[in-house]
Amino acid sequence: MADIELKQVEKRFGEHYAVRPLDLFIKNGEFVALLGPSGCGKTTTLRMIAGLETVSGGRIILNGQDVTWLKPSQRDVAMVFQFFALYPHLTAWENIAFPLQAEGESRENIKRRVKEVAELLRIEPLLKSRPGALSSGDQQRVALARALVRRPSCFLMDEPLGALDADFRETMRSEIKRLHILQNATTVYVTHDQIEAMAMADRIVVMSQGVVQQVGTPAEVYHTPSNLFVAQFIGSPGMNLVKGTWADNVVALPGGNRYAPPDGWPAALHRGLSGSGVIVGFRPEAVQIHPNGQLAAGVYSVDLHGSYTMLVLEMGDDHSIHARVSRDAHFTVGETIRFDLNPSMVRFFDPKTERAIAHSA
Amino acid sequence: MAVSTTHAPITYATRVDKVGPRYQITRALRIIVVLLYAVISLIPVFWMVTAAFKSRPDVVAIPPKVFFTPTIEGFISLLTKRVLLPPAMVEEYKQRDDLNFAERIMAERGQRITGPSQYGQRLVNSVIIASASTVLSVLLGVLAAYAFSRFNVPGKGDLLFFILSTRMLPPVVVTIPIFLMYQQLRLYDTHLGLILLYTVFNLSFAVWLLKGFIDEIPREYEEAALVDGYSRLQAFRKVVLPQAITGIAATFVFCLIFAWNEYAFALMLTSERARTAPPSIPTVLGTGGIEWSAIAAGTLGFLIPVIIVTFALRDYLLRGVTFGALRK
Repeated sequence: MADIELKQVEKRFGEHYAVRPLDLFIKNGEFVALLGPSGCGKTTTLRMIAGLETVSGGRIILNGQDVTWLKPSQRDVAMVFQFFALYPHLTAWENIAFPLQAEGESRENIKRRVKEVAELLRIEPLLKSRPGALSSGDQQRVALARALVRRPSCFLMDEPLGALDADFRETMRSEIKRLHILQNATTVYVTHDQIEAMAMADRIVVMSQGVVQQVGTPAEVYHTPSNLFVAQFIGSPGMNLVKGTWADNVVALPGGNRYAPPDGWPAALHRGLSGSGVIVGFRPEAVQIHPNGQLAAGVYSVDLHGSYTMLVLEMGDDHSIHARVSRDAHFTVGETIRFDLNPSMVRFFDPKTERAIAHSA
Repeated sequence: MAVSTTHAPITYATRVDKVGPRYQITRALRIIVVLLYAVISLIPVFWMVTAAFKSRPDVVAIPPKVFFTPTIEGFISLLTKRVLLPPAMVEEYKQRDDLNFAERIMAERGQRITGPSQYGQRLVNSVIIASASTVLSVLLGVLAAYAFSRFNVPGKGDLLFFILSTRMLPPVVVTIPIFLMYQQLRLYDTHLGLILLYTVFNLSFAVWLLKGFIDEIPREYEEAALVDGYSRLQAFRKVVLPQAITGIAATFVFCLIFAWNEYAFALMLTSERARTAPPSIPTVLGTGGIEWSAIAAGTLGFLIPVIIVTFALRDYLLRGVTFGALRK
């Protein structure tokens, strides 16, 4: 098991940066998710750690050893690919044994270790089948077994659930999580699905356009996004972001609304804002319906989700806000409702720099 | 992707338009057309096979005989050298009791066998030259195709075009220069000379065909093998080659058929030692006239090795010629 350290690692294709210089330290046993939309550089970063892609600059240190220029086979990492990459001409057993054969393990050892890992993943009955005859979930289990069987210093997973059906994804998600807890192996997990990252990772690295936007625990990136991109990208729907102007300790919002920031924020806003523009951000669950609420908005649509109801509100012209309310509440489309925001869940962003304003504690 | 594979796959058509009477009729028509085409294509082959077993009068009979008494005269005259006995000596020769089976048959035609012909040697030459050049072109082709498919070879497009361009002029155009070069290089009438020539001709074809097959194999398989502790060459051998096997088999058969059938260069560049079967078969001239049954017998013997190889590889070929249609 090992630490992974990236020091100013970057990847350029000609003039174009796939990954801008990036620093990251992944502790031994940590589960880190690289999260971002497609083309953000997360897979390239993972492939650089694996050694499948050369770095354009910077160093990669694995378990204290500089591996920047080592071949993939010399790095002691295991990788799980999005489309499993199971060798179609070999049976499941042969696929799992394949990395052990590279190490020149004895036949007895290979048999024992394949058996162990097959038991762990509950795939013993499938070992004689070829990948083509397996369901995608079972293929994924075999691919995981092939990665696990070597007991490498770290696991690299490139959207391992991306090719699975939605209902199956959840099963495999908890299975990967269980394996991680059992093995406690350093894992780097690439995904574009923020729900997956939130559910599985100890820490999330949010990337966009080759730049790390934020590194933090799932709760941190959810509740305290460092900029507008993270605020919108995390959560479904993302954070509500309403443009306003900051004057006289009050934020003027569309639709004639005036919002007085909670305690501590006015001072922070004075210090932090570069102009008079401000963006107020809050999660749908921060909306508290109250007859005497500070803010007013018209109901645009009411979506029942069973355990809760999602309201789409219109504040001013085309400024829609999502509000998560109790499933017992009833609203009619077109009525105007008043609400407050949970003071601990309000965030402010500077529209020019797109960065979050730090709260003065 | 998510199809449960615990059930047997459905292999029959369930579409209404594939079971209705109209479909049945058009299908029957299509089958008839295909059968007719097959019959027309097979008539020359049928003529050749029957001619090989016909006696000399039967083979030139007009109208052609479909029913005849089979004889192996043709094969014997193909494989032997003979002299024509003076009519006076024929009866005396027939009375000798040390004649073997073949000699007896030829004695009926007034001929005496003097020794084996060169047909066997020519066929062996064909086998050596065709198989060596095919193995070489597939081997070099698969390596080049892999490099072109996976690596950023400098000037890749130009190189690929150059390789293809060697096929753009009819090979016969260069026979004279090659003939002169081969004489200087002492490659004239050698096995090596023809092997090299056929390898060069087949290589462009092999590279392009194999590149298509290798492009179809996702890189992830090799990357998985690289991460799993294998070198690039090991990954190529253990992961890429087994998956490219259909393409390799298809390329192998195409190259083999070209090298096996090649006529013009074999005629120009060989004389005695390295002459292959194609230029020698039509020259089986017997004593007094063209030995049609011997020529047919020679062609039949010439066909058999290719038929064996094609049948041995037919499973791969069927998958090979439909490549690209399956995304697996």
